[in-house]
Amino acid sequence: MTELVKVSGLRVAVRSGGADIPIVHGADFSLKKGEVLALIGESGSGKTTIALSLMGYARNGCHIVDGSVQIDDVDVLSLSPAQLAKVRGRTISYIAQSAAAAFNPSKTIMDQVIESAMIHKTCSRKEAQAKAIGLFRELALPFPEKIGERYPHQVSGGQLQRLMAAMALITDPALVILDEPTTALDVTTQIEVLRAFKKVVRERNTTAVYVSHDLAVVAQMADRIVVLRNGQIQENNLTKKILETPQHDYTKSLLSAMKPETRQDTIEQKKMDLDTDTPLLEVRHLEVCFGDKKVLQDIDLKIRRGATVGVIGESGSGKTTLARTIVGLVQPSLGNIYLDGLPLEASASDRSREQLRRVQYVFQNADTALNPLHTVEEILARPLRFYHGMKGKKQHDRVIELLDLVHLPATIAKRRPTELSGGQKQRINLARALAAEPDIILCDEVTSALDTVVGAAILELMADLRKKLNVSYLFISHDISMVQAICDEVVVLYSGFKVEQGAGESFQRPPFHPYTQLLIDSVPEMQQGWLESTTANHELLPSIGAPKPNVELCPFLDRCSAREEGKCNRIIPSRIKLKKGNQILCHHAFVEHKGQTHDQTRVQVDAMAASV
Amino acid sequence: MNQTISRLIINRIGLGLLTLLIVSLVIFMITNLLPGDAAQELLGQSATPETLAALRSQLGLDLPIYTRYIQWLGGLLVGDAGYSMVNGMSIMELIWSRLPNTLSLAAFATLVSVPVALSIGIFSAMYRGSWFDRYSNMLAVFAVSVPEFLIATIAVLIFAVKLGWLSALSHIESANTFGEMLKVYAMPVLTLCSVLVAQMARMTRAAVIDQLSSPYVEMALLKGASPIRIVLLHVLPNALGPIANAIALSLSYLLGGVIIVESIFNYPGIATLMLNAVSTRDMPLVQGCAMLFCFGYLILVLMADICEIVSNPRLRK
Amino acid sequence: MSIHKTTVATTNTSNPLSLFSRFHVQSVSGLIGGALIIFWLVMAVIGPMVAPYGANDFVSYDVFGPMSKDYLMGTDYLGRDIFSRVLNGTPYTIGVALAATVAACTAGVVSGLVAAASAGWVDAVISRAQDALISIPSKMFALIMVASFGSSVPLLIIMAAIAYMPGSFRIARALAVNVMTLDYVQVARLRGESMAYIIFKEVLPNMFRPVLTDFGLRFVFIVLLLSSMSFLGLGVQPPDADWGSLVRENISGLGAGAPAVIAPAVAIASLTIGVNLLIDSIGNKSAHH
Repeated sequence: MTELVKVSGLRVAVRSGGADIPIVHGADFSLKKGEVLALIGESGSGKTTIALSLMGYARNGCHIVDGSVQIDDVDVLSLSPAQLAKVRGRTISYIAQSAAAAFNPSKTIMDQVIESAMIHKTCSRKEAQAKAIGLFRELALPFPEKIGERYPHQVSGGQLQRLMAAMALITDPALVILDEPTTALDVTTQIEVLRAFKKVVRERNTTAVYVSHDLAVVAQMADRIVVLRNGQIQENNLTKKILETPQHDYTKSLLSAMKPETRQDTIEQKKMDLDTDTPLLEVRHLEVCFGDKKVLQDIDLKIRRGATVGVIGESGSGKTTLARTIVGLVQPSLGNIYLDGLPLEASASDRSREQLRRVQYVFQNADTALNPLHTVEEILARPLRFYHGMKGKKQHDRVIELLDLVHLPATIAKRRPTELSGGQKQRINLARALAAEPDIILCDEVTSALDTVVGAAILELMADLRKKLNVSYLFISHDISMVQAICDEVVVLYSGFKVEQGAGESFQRPPFHPYTQLLIDSVPEMQQGWLESTTANHELLPSIGAPKPNVELCPFLDRCSAREEGKCNRIIPSRIKLKKGNQILCHHAFVEHKGQTHDQTRVQVDAMAASV
Repeated sequence: MNQTISRLIINRIGLGLLTLLIVSLVIFMITNLLPGDAAQELLGQSATPETLAALRSQLGLDLPIYTRYIQWLGGLLVGDAGYSMVNGMSIMELIWSRLPNTLSLAAFATLVSVPVALSIGIFSAMYRGSWFDRYSNMLAVFAVSVPEFLIATIAVLIFAVKLGWLSALSHIESANTFGEMLKVYAMPVLTLCSVLVAQMARMTRAAVIDQLSSPYVEMALLKGASPIRIVLLHVLPNALGPIANAIALSLSYLLGGVIIVESIFNYPGIATLMLNAVSTRDMPLVQGCAMLFCFGYLILVLMADICEIVSNPRLRK
Repeated sequence: MSIHKTTVATTNTSNPLSLFSRFHVQSVSGLIGGALIIFWLVMAVIGPMVAPYGANDFVSYDVFGPMSKDYLMGTDYLGRDIFSRVLNGTPYTIGVALAATVAACTAGVVSGLVAAASAGWVDAVISRAQDALISIPSKMFALIMVASFGSSVPLLIIMAAIAYMPGSFRIARALAVNVMTLDYVQVARLRGESMAYIIFKEVLPNMFRPVLTDFGLRFVFIVLLLSSMSFLGLGVQPPDADWGSLVRENISGLGAGAPAVIAPAVAIASLTIGVNLLIDSIGNKSAHH
């Protein structure tokens, strides 16, 4: 086997205030023809920077200082701009993280897919179009003949990502760079895209560099993994070796952040008071409409004091709307919310200060949730004064106490949010909610913007706080493994419907609602070959007759692998209780479902935070 | 053209008409706020109460202000803006006699400035930070910072006084050949263009730079597209809306700039007509000219809006 | 009350003075701009006091005299000292424009905040009215106002303020609407804070930088508008004179290249270019971050 790509001594720096700050310190690695190499690391590790350097490109403000990138015996870094343009899109092509942004909104998809072929004149327009349609078909895109005539905003994110793969492959390049191509997608979409990628990569024996932060995804795609941290290569080995016998400490910590300890506490006791007490927070028959569109329907939810409830669903499921309705940022069209059995006003502005204090909301993105002009002390002091009338030294002491509670040093009080790291900001965000001394905290995807290790630490902290302060949580997340591991109760939302609800631990074994099953099967596992073995989205859906018009049928009908002629396309499903305690919105009182065989391997990956 | 687009355009036209209505109300209110009226003005101090009253009812000034407003507005709708207080001529006729002159001046200025400004704007955005960008930016700052009467006087000083190539005053009646036309229009157009080009180039540059930093441009670069291809095929279609807006905004400046330029070069256009009306306090003529200018502005903005709607790919079906 | 003290002390960096220090205007053009502005601002206050002659004193028999030791900028068409007349014109050019700019921006920002905070029909009414005002070209508006009310310093201030308020409103409203949708404002809402707190503590400080830039630009526009009005003879009326009036009254000296017409023109240009240079260097600076 010949080495197609050879990178040696690659150094990249960012220019800031007249000085060069190195961000990649001498990277060396090589790639054989037909091999898929993964660059893995957290944000700031330099993985994307290195990948772009392979094309002789550095983003604004950065520049390649030194080193060589040999591709097919050509040193890319020594080429002139005109020579580089000849290589880019022809010898090496690129698949960007956000296809939605990387497609030009005002040109048709076909024009953009075949553009490299036109630029490099590899074939005629007609041939290129025929080839593109072939690629669309290979990538399992719907209406391959027609999809090219559309504009980017007219197709879904998952489809755009695959269209971008077609765009990269149209010139049959020697090397393809995939830059976090599935990070922005829902898990159930991600698996479709990964399958399509893997198929074309294997069939064409493509050499590829796959950039990702997700080891489980990389395990499916790569033959070899390079682990990066702070611009330095930590470990470079075969995928199997990295997963099974990691050498470097950092690799080990990455692996362990993804495989947290199994929970050990017993929940029996908590279960007992399930129906006896008045719940701390209760949502009854909630319905929310945006214009004519119902985004939430018929939602019931009870949260007991000290309990953690998880709400899970993909984008568009209505999970964030649910939390925003509870806190009064969105007004429901039907239904009520009760705090300690007493109804809350629909709008936050009509609620009493005490009610507002007791229900706190932690926003997903700490960057925008903290006023950049206020210091940490001001941010934390405001709720102390507003809700508790604290002043002066008492207030200052409490701020320091709060910082200590979220494991931050007192010195941070004088700083502003722009001077803090992502993890620190999220801790401040949490501390501000705690300053109110609430009964319940609603957390909207609080870890999704953070690196795995940092996010895991935040979850651990929250579990710890729950034990100390007996506070309840409502967790909004797209990550079912995280939710089922740390929550006493889990609610699964699908396009505004509550399709399943049950105790956290009951999500560790089937049966499930078919959508829950799909979600669980779609979460990548950290073992090679999982992608081929999982049943998620793999089977052909049972064919059914046209759904009965004007009836509100099951929301999951279009994608359900268990749908049944005469039932699912005719009758409104009802909520039924499974033997294990879960309630599902489905026609079937599931006996067993095919997906269960995978569950044994799942459990260890999913479980989280022993103390919750 | 699909339904969404036509609905949006009709919506914009409706808004424009509403704005025009409010503008007419504002102009009418301001010009009628002051105590004392046109009859008094016309007859002077020596007028007897009887003749004053007679003239008032003749001019309709004894009617309540809202009636007068509605009459005036109704007149405008059928093309009757009333009569001049000073010489009794029909305002529409006065305006029609001058409008072609002003329009041709504006057209010359537009024809010269738009291509120049767009090329400078696009070029300096493409080569951001180059010497061309820096110097054109410095010149632009200078041009938008100095009043246009200064530019006009400097032009007169150089071309008319020192070099003697051009006449300091515009006699458009005598311009029959192309060469003569060029001579007449050279300095007014040059003065108008200097500010126009500067403004438009700056806004175009900003619009193009905005697009150049988007991920799809990076993608095109990584496909091996040349800078020219990137700008022509990728950036410009997306910058069309903002650029149309920049042109409309700059040209609306033209409406103001023309006042100074016409006055300095004694150019027989609408603006000098209005300036004379202001100094003789010929209110009906002031109102008429003002409405015309505002109408012109609204048309420009409307066209830019329509450009933006039509060029928005997200509205295509 | 100590909470107030701590908040006041720590929010200091968001007030205008420390804001300037945070920019650390490094570029040469920014420094030149700043120096020009400071010079003219000082002159606007002390100019008439340090002028060597009275503004209306006939000091020389030499009309359109050249620059000399006695008459730094020469003499005008009546033999008055131009240097003294420029200095005496400073309060008119800068003072009137500054007053109008402050009024325009205050009215614009306040109405912008009210529109953004109230939304619904209040927003619609304010926005429509401002949109109508902005579609009257500023010079046109100035002419209508002068034709209707005659020219005087208070009228010029009111006129320029109204003419340039809608632009300031647009920017302020757009900024405020933007900031209001940010999560930290939602956090304050959910905490139960009053609208006043939200506007003054959360929204306004985060609009400060762009509003300040807009203030500078608007000042330049107003200086140019007022100078043009004076140049047309419709601005500051004799015996008072701003720089635009000085250019107008000495325009007959243009053919001879008299400093009497050049000096006031250069004064206007140096002021407006100074403001533009400073704004540009601040803009580049913040774009860098």
